[in-house]
Formats: sequence, C-alpha cells, structure tokens
Amino acid sequence: MSSISHSNGSFVDSHAHDDHDHHPHGWRRWVYATNHKDIGTLYLLFAFTMLMLGGVLALLIRAELFQPGLQIVNPELFNQLTTMHGLIMVFGAIMPAFVGFANWMIPLQIGASDMAFARMNNFSFWLMIPAALMLSSTFFMPGGAPAAGWTLYAPLTMQMGPSMDVAIFALHVLGASSIMGSINIIVTILNMRAPDMPLMKMPMFVWTWLITAFLLIAVMPVLAGVITMTLTDRHFGTTFFNPAGGGDPVMFQHIFWFFGHPEVYIMILPAFGIVSQIIPAFARKKLFGYSSMVYATASIAILSFIVWAHHMYTTGMPVTGQLFFMYATMLISVPTGVKVFNWVATMWRGSMTFETPMLFAVGFIFVFTMGGFTGLILSMAPIDLQLQDGYYVVAHFHYVLVAGSLFAMFAGAYYWMPKWTGVMYKESRGKLHFWWTLIAFNVTFFPMHFLGLAGMPRRYADYPMQFADFNAIASVGAFFFGFAQVYFFFFIVLPCMLGKGEKAAQQPWEGAEGLEWEVPSPAPHHTYETPPKLNADANKVIG
Amino acid sequence: MQTNFQLMRKLLMVSLGMFAFGYMLVPMYEAFCLWTGSNVLSLSERESKNSMNGRASMPLNTQVDTSRTISVEFDTNVRGPWHFSPMTRSLNVHPGELVTVMFEFENIQNRTMSAQAIPSYAPQQAAAHFNKIECFCFNQYTLAPGEKKLWPVTFYINPKMSKDVKTITLSYTFFEVGASV
Repeated sequence: MSSISHSNGSFVDSHAHDDHDHHPHGWRRWVYATNHKDIGTLYLLFAFTMLMLGGVLALLIRAELFQPGLQIVNPELFNQLTTMHGLIMVFGAIMPAFVGFANWMIPLQIGASDMAFARMNNFSFWLMIPAALMLSSTFFMPGGAPAAGWTLYAPLTMQMGPSMDVAIFALHVLGASSIMGSINIIVTILNMRAPDMPLMKMPMFVWTWLITAFLLIAVMPVLAGVITMTLTDRHFGTTFFNPAGGGDPVMFQHIFWFFGHPEVYIMILPAFGIVSQIIPAFARKKLFGYSSMVYATASIAILSFIVWAHHMYTTGMPVTGQLFFMYATMLISVPTGVKVFNWVATMWRGSMTFETPMLFAVGFIFVFTMGGFTGLILSMAPIDLQLQDGYYVVAHFHYVLVAGSLFAMFAGAYYWMPKWTGVMYKESRGKLHFWWTLIAFNVTFFPMHFLGLAGMPRRYADYPMQFADFNAIASVGAFFFGFAQVYFFFFIVLPCMLGKGEKAAQQPWEGAEGLEWEVPSPAPHHTYETPPKLNADANKVIG
Repeated sequence: MQTNFQLMRKLLMVSLGMFAFGYMLVPMYEAFCLWTGSNVLSLSERESKNSMNGRASMPLNTQVDTSRTISVEFDTNVRGPWHFSPMTRSLNVHPGELVTVMFEFENIQNRTMSAQAIPSYAPQQAAAHFNKIECFCFNQYTLAPGEKKLWPVTFYINPKMSKDVKTITLSYTFFEVGASV
C-alpha cells in the first residue's frame, strides 16, 4: 500500500511531489476502495441518494395530506410511505451520512494515515447497498412494504406480509455495517492518533464520534436482538410478543426503545461535534468550555440509557414509573443546555462572519433548540398523554432531526467541501440554499405544532376539515424544502465535484484550526503517512 | 497499548454481549414487573386482599359475603341398579363463593341405560338462591354397561338468601328415563 517513498523535508512539502495519486482507477477505485477519503465520499453520496428517496416518500405523504380526503394514495400505501420514510431517513440517510463525515474527517483531524481496518471499512460500506436495495424493493412485494411504522411495534409486525421479513433482514445488515463502522472508528481514534495528540486535545467532532461509536456498539445489537425476536415470533413459534403464548406486546416497546433512545443521540451527537468545529472557526475564538463539552457529551450518552420509557407513557405505566422517566428525561436538558450555552459563549464577543457553514451552524443552534424545548414539553407525562402520537411529536422530532442533524451536516459539508473537492462553492448559492432551506423547513414543520395541539394524530392518510389550512401550508413548505435540496446537489455539490469554480486555498477559513487544514486542498489521496509532530495545542503540524 | 486487533476483538465481544443482553432484557423486565407490581394496572387488582403489597395476584371476588358461613350437605338417592354418590358429603361455603363438587356414577347393569338426575333442596326457601352454573342434572345421559362417570356441580349461593338458613341439603335422585319405578 504505502509504496510511495518520500524522505524529503517536512510532511507538507512531500505532498508537492505526490499529486499523482497511487490508487486504482475507474470502477475498481470505488468497489475495491480502502481509502478513507474514497469510502467517505461513497458514504456521503449514498446517504444523499437515500435522502432523496426518503424525501420523495415524504413528499408523497405531504401531497396526500395537502387536502382532507383521499386523493393520491390509499391508506394502506400511506402507512407504507410513513414507515419507509422513517426507516430510510434514519438508517439510510442520517446514520450513513455521519459515518461518511467520520471516514473523511477523523483520520485527517487526528493525523492518522487511514482508518484502522481499511478492508472492513470497504465491507461496511458495500453491505449498505444490498441492504438499501432490499429495503426499497419491499414496495414491490406482495402486500407492499412494511406498514407498521418505523418503530416496528408488535403486534402489527406479526400481521405484515413477507416484506416485513425482508425489512428485518435489511435492518440486520445495516446494523452489522454500522457496528463494523463503529468499531473501526473507535480503534482509529484510540490507536491511530498522532502521538502528540492526547485525548483531551482531540477536536470536538472526533470526541462526539468516539462517544457515538460506543453508543452504537452498545445499542445496535439490541435492535438486532429485538427484530430477531420479531422474526422468530413470526415464523419459528416463539411468543416473545404474543400474549397467547405468555408474551407481551409492550415488551417489544421496552426493548426497542432501549435501543431507540440512545439511537436519537447517535443521530445528534456527531451534529454537535460538527457545530462545535464550525462556531469557533467563524467566531475566531477558541471553543468555550472544551472539557465541559466533552463531559456534557458523555453525560448525554450515559443518560440516554435511562429515559427510554418516555416514549411509552400511555402504555399503562404506574405513576412512579412515569415520574422517574419524566425527571430523567428532563435531566438530559442539563448537559444539552451546557452545550448550547457554550456555543453561544463561543460566539460572544467573537469577530463573527456569516459564511454558509456558520449560517447553518447558527441556524442549527436556533432551530435545534426549539426542537429541544418541545422535547422538554413532551417529557412531561401529563402533557405527553395529550400529545402522544400526534403531530406535535412529528414537529418535535423533525425539528431535532432535520434542523438538528441535517442542518449540521449541511454546515459540515460547506465547511469541509473545499478540503474534499479543492473547489470553493459559490457563497451566494450557499446563502440562497441556507435561507431557502431554513424558511421552507419552518413553513413545513412549524404548523405541525398547532396541528398536534389541536389533536391531529400522526400516521393517518386523512383528517377532519378543521386541520385543512395548516396541512396545506405544511405541504407547500415540504415541496419547497425538497427542491432546495435538489438545488443543493446540482448547483453546489456537483460543480465542486466536477472541479468547476474557484480553487480553494489550503486554509479557506480564516479562523479554522485543526490538522485537516494542514494538508493541501483537495486533500491528497494519502495524508499523514508518517505521524506528524504537533504543537502544544495539537492543532498545527510543526517541523 | 493494545494492538488494533486486540481492541477490535474486545469491541466485537461487547457487541455480541449486547446482543445477548437484548435477549436478557425479556426476563429482566418480567422479574422487575413482578417485583414492583408495575404490571398490575387496575385498582381492583391492586387493592384485592389476596394480593401481596399490591402486587400481581388473582382478583378477589367482591360479591362474596364472608360474614356468613353456610353448611351445604350433599345427598344422593339411588332408584335402581347403579351406584351414585357425592365425593364430598358436606362443605362450608360463604354466600357468593363459587364452589365445585364432584359426583361419582357407575352403571353396574349389563345393559345400556338412559337416565337423568333430579335435584331437590331443603329447606325449600333455599332453592331460589342456590344457583347452579354447571350440573349433570341439566342433561340426560345414555350410559353403556359398566360405564363410570365423574360429574361436577358448580354453584354459588346468592348472598340475598335469608339469614335464617344455616344449612342447605342438596339431594339428587337418579331416575332411569322411560322406565317404571
């Protein structure tokens, strides 16, 4: 692999002679990919494809809900659309996209030559393709795609057609891919850092991913277990969730949410990491309270294991149980609040400029915090009893997953795209994309709060007349939101990938710090093949 | 420091352990619910007297009048060549309590017979309050030569029965259908 020999001078200099990358060309480069940058690109493109697919499903849902009555899809197909939208967005778009960021950025940020297990990395990615194909193909199976909701609650899953088994298998494969990816990330971070970089000087993105990866290996196997139980209940005579054989359908929810709640932090912690990189760069200040950020991230991860039943207040839980999960859930807002205050304190009296990454990062803080507050409202059992399974919940989790995770990923994409492609995106287009996305997002999801408070339940293809106006507004917003992402791909990502545009400097952002800015733009195929010597802050290569 | 492969092996063990833990959650949740009684959801179950500290138990029948005890005696009359007797001769019950007693029957003839039992009560005023839910006397039976039967009677005594009644005798007489006595 490392047949490139350059003994001359410093690390950066050596790359001047190394622009002719040593790697296979054509399709072999991607199918046999072992390079973390290539695999990162594959992950990101795959995730964007799934985002588009999940987005089309979402637009079908919104088109149906544009007016009361049934216009476009029948209720059965509607349930399939909501289920598949959730599964594809969670397991196909958000999670792989963050793994893509991790692949691209973690080795660059810690001064490692590549991920620890390059071939396992290739396997992790290429497992996702058959899994995604299987999952998507369920629409064409007898009985249609699974329609039990993305949470796959028993006993509905017991009644689904053969597509349920295919979906379960696809989730097994995606889970295996995710576990391998996480192991790779943990080993890379713990073992492959530049010797001059202690744990408490790692960039925040690396820290959040380290903790996320531990969460993943702790809970993805639990998901695998619970869907295996569903599978054996369906076909092999076990009765984990079947009362006729002494099982309990509520048991499914307890085990599922033991996975499911840490899962929502898996989808947001790397976003926190990206934002923690970007805010200091554009405020031209050090991150305020670095160590408290690390401890807050770890606290969120630990607390995420003791709050699962706040998804289940209405299952007939004793009041003592409701109180415990209510207080535990509220407790999570403390470390999350620490993070938000640290970001704000970082911006305080900084010399801020608002390039697109910063716009998305600040937009993230604003809109994600709104989602956090609605989460706090939903954590209260007496209120949740009213809002359970209504549009208020839909609004809440889209505020944290779209305005949270997705906005942070846009911020990260704009921030690091010059490093990935060597081309500077057009700032005016980035700004247009941001404002378009922000406004369309709020037009789509803000009215859902009102719908939920007025009592509109989720997962129905039809609704009474009094919900018509807000639904129409939300549907219009959803289409605008969708077109904004098509614009993002064709007018921002594609030109950069094709090398059209202004050439990016090695350090395109004045205030950005970190080892990723110590290599040229675009990042050469091989970087940090020998561990770099770092300064005391472990953010610059010296000598 | 551990090598990459050592660390990977450990992390793989962790994920396999968590897979097993997912399955372990099933008995763990069950044990926890039994211990705390958090799966007992209705007040009638929680407040029943035969529950342990409000934990899961059989619900108590609130219709039982435990302040009274009535002695029920079972009597059988045989009018023909067969054996017929109660397995319990007498029983103390509370009004409202559901009780099952068994009766034995054997056809000792060498021919098939059709027969039915007819109940009678003493005192007469108890008859209206003696509610039989299941009784062999509801049906006619055709019995092969030498056939043995074990028959249940399930009944409860209506708590509205007069307080003067302390003892009830339930007497069955077994008649062959269509035969001259």
